[in-house]
Amino acid sequence: MAKRSIPEVNAGSMADIAFLLLIFFLVTTTIEQDNGITRKLPRWEENPPEDVVIKKKNIFTVVVNKEDQMLVEDELMELKDLRKAAMEFIDNGGGKNEKGESCDYCKGARNPESSDHPTKAIIALKNERETTYSTYVAIQNELGAAYTELRNREAVRMYGAGNTYTAMNAIYRDPKVKDEALKEKLKTRLDKLKEMYPQIISEAESKSN
Amino acid sequence: MAKFKKKKDGELPQASTAALPDIVFMLLFFFMTVTVMKDNSLMVENKLPAADDIEKLDRKNDKVMYIYAGKPAKGYEKFGTEAVIQLNDKIAQPSELKQYIHSEIALRDESIVPFMVTALKVDKNTNMGLISDIKQELRKENMLKISYLSVKPQK
Repeated sequence: MAKRSIPEVNAGSMADIAFLLLIFFLVTTTIEQDNGITRKLPRWEENPPEDVVIKKKNIFTVVVNKEDQMLVEDELMELKDLRKAAMEFIDNGGGKNEKGESCDYCKGARNPESSDHPTKAIIALKNERETTYSTYVAIQNELGAAYTELRNREAVRMYGAGNTYTAMNAIYRDPKVKDEALKEKLKTRLDKLKEMYPQIISEAESKSN
Repeated sequence: MAKFKKKKDGELPQASTAALPDIVFMLLFFFMTVTVMKDNSLMVENKLPAADDIEKLDRKNDKVMYIYAGKPAKGYEKFGTEAVIQLNDKIAQPSELKQYIHSEIALRDESIVPFMVTALKVDKNTNMGLISDIKQELRKENMLKISYLSVKPQK
């Protein structure tokens, strides 16, 4: 038999195969990013201090029952109306704050029967043990959004269009932005806005009855 | 005397593509190694609730601690039909949270403990009672920053 030389394997398509695998992994790799509603829990007190007396008009009560129905200021309300109602309450500015200044940036109705000042307006959220988590999150979302919208409005008024609270916060929190001077500037602005509209959501311990 | 071969008139030699597979393989291995398959297999149902006023969770420095909760998923019916908590790889009772929090703190650098955030990955059909229990434990352990993880609503 004649001596046969083994033909060389053509490796030209190796790159194609590798590319195919590479693209597969590129597409399937999802760098997961978690999004969420951030809240701060109140400190745990072994002996809760005496209840502080707060004027009723400065409290905006939201109660959710086990049927996921919502009672806002003792009236039944749909979820879609909550944001507006909360904004009206926070932005009312009917009186004076701790320092005796009235709210000069509020655009609310200045109803003396509603909240005095955004820094005094408290939202009291109460739920039952049987309330569904999705309803609870939806309500927290609406309440948070009410504050965000007010902060956005003031941010645009003070710092010009495009400089919304949301946008500035996103830049401030972006780890890719390395400009320290910019971050410092944004931080003062954000703190100022947070001071104007502090997020005061108080949650009562849920009862099971 | 050595003779230099004369190049043929101005013709460029063809660029060798022999190293191309190596480069591509290098990239491939890079992606294969950095792709982390989820380390916690979920034993509970986990459909997150919808919300739009949300912030990205900063996961730098490993400062996020996860707590899962929901009804036991398919195949884990032995844990009942009521919503339960999952910590790492096992189903836990609310009373076990304390120990879990301590172990999570011990894993981390002391300097980042004050900045730790608890991410609640909870199924949307869970009752708030369980969440209240979790929050109670967190408050007792002074882990006050929490995040209710949610997804953007589909339009």
